[in-house]
Amino acid sequence: MGMTDPLKGFGVTLSKMFKTVLTEEYPEVKKIPAPRFHGKHQLNRHPDGLEKCVGCELCAWACPADAIFVEGGTNTDDERYSPGERYGFDYQINYLRCIGCGLCIEACPTRALTMTNEYETADDNRQNLIYTKEDLLAPLLPGMEQPPHDMRLGDDEQDYYVNGPELARGQGVPAGATVETGDEEAVR
Amino acid sequence: MGLEESLPNGILLANVEKLVNWTRKTSMWPATFGLACCAIEMMTVGGSRYDIARFGMERFSATPRQADLMIVAGRVTNKMAPVLRQIYDQMPEPRWVLAMGVCASSGGMFNNYAVVQGVDHVVPVDMYLPGCPPRPEMLLDAILKLHAKVMDEPINGKRAAEQVERGHRTELTASSEKYAPRRGSQRRMAERQQNAQRREMGAEGELGAAGIESLPPGGSRANGNTNGQDRDEISAGR
Repeated sequence: MGMTDPLKGFGVTLSKMFKTVLTEEYPEVKKIPAPRFHGKHQLNRHPDGLEKCVGCELCAWACPADAIFVEGGTNTDDERYSPGERYGFDYQINYLRCIGCGLCIEACPTRALTMTNEYETADDNRQNLIYTKEDLLAPLLPGMEQPPHDMRLGDDEQDYYVNGPELARGQGVPAGATVETGDEEAVR
Repeated sequence: MGLEESLPNGILLANVEKLVNWTRKTSMWPATFGLACCAIEMMTVGGSRYDIARFGMERFSATPRQADLMIVAGRVTNKMAPVLRQIYDQMPEPRWVLAMGVCASSGGMFNNYAVVQGVDHVVPVDMYLPGCPPRPEMLLDAILKLHAKVMDEPINGKRAAEQVERGHRTELTASSEKYAPRRGSQRRMAERQQNAQRREMGAEGELGAAGIESLPPGGSRANGNTNGQDRDEISAGR
């Protein structure tokens, strides 16, 4: 307890003024979460814009909180939303139930469902927090076309799945750009 | 009489409304209602890293009588529901409720006999915040959205009727967009901090704001894909 103790205290405060600020300046600087952050879901697309979801409901079965509702529909030659027989006719995720565990992502056989880094989801009513297919579908990238349409790439199904991304690149997708959404995580 | 008659209808009242709402939103004292794991995130927001004092909310009170905002953090059991209601009743008006986390909002994964399926069965909720638990930024985002709602609140019955007539609903934009830095120097500083965060996460130039995965539906991809070259090679080899 010396005379200089109060001054020492101010010294601590003064020295902190020249150090890096620890506080995150959130609303001005958007925080970048970890690469595998479990944020909002995304329904991915094939390189020609068809949906990857085949409406199998495995995500809904895997969900421990019963947050996902899927209703499958049958593709016809006139109206095709996904390659193959079935597509997700109705797809809803209730974000007031979703606990972000990622079991749905693991369950998905076509990698149609992945999670994004988006996290600013607060809203003032429960209705808006049930996200439907329109909210969840990935944006159309260059070279993609809004379904329903035929399978644009490849000669047969095998060709479509195996060589699809390369063929899309040949058809005007700029080099270096992503051709199919949901690919990034698979690459990592 | 006087000036008010010559002015367009409601001009003075609107300004008082704004002033009152501004004072309410800039010193909104939260009452903690930490019930489970979400409370840990709520305490983090009160700490130095997220520092809720930036929004005039540092006084997390244990007493409801000096609180304006109840943050219900965690699952509410049937046994806790009367307590929650009593605490809410003890708060002075105006008061707001923020349901933090999926359990408080809708019962979450606890769809059973013991847990109330959403605190809106017990008290009126102004803001729902999904997440299990929501990260501190999400709580700050919800609080800022609530601030936007408070700023739009009518001051009396007449103004409330006017708002209903207009069908007014507060626009809830994501806080990082709403408070995005406008000036170039501030923007550069923000980008520097975000790059530091990416380095910290071990995802330099790969994900986050620049990645396609974080874009909203229909959003532009102006600065997307900094790591496109690598991806290109790998997907070509598939």
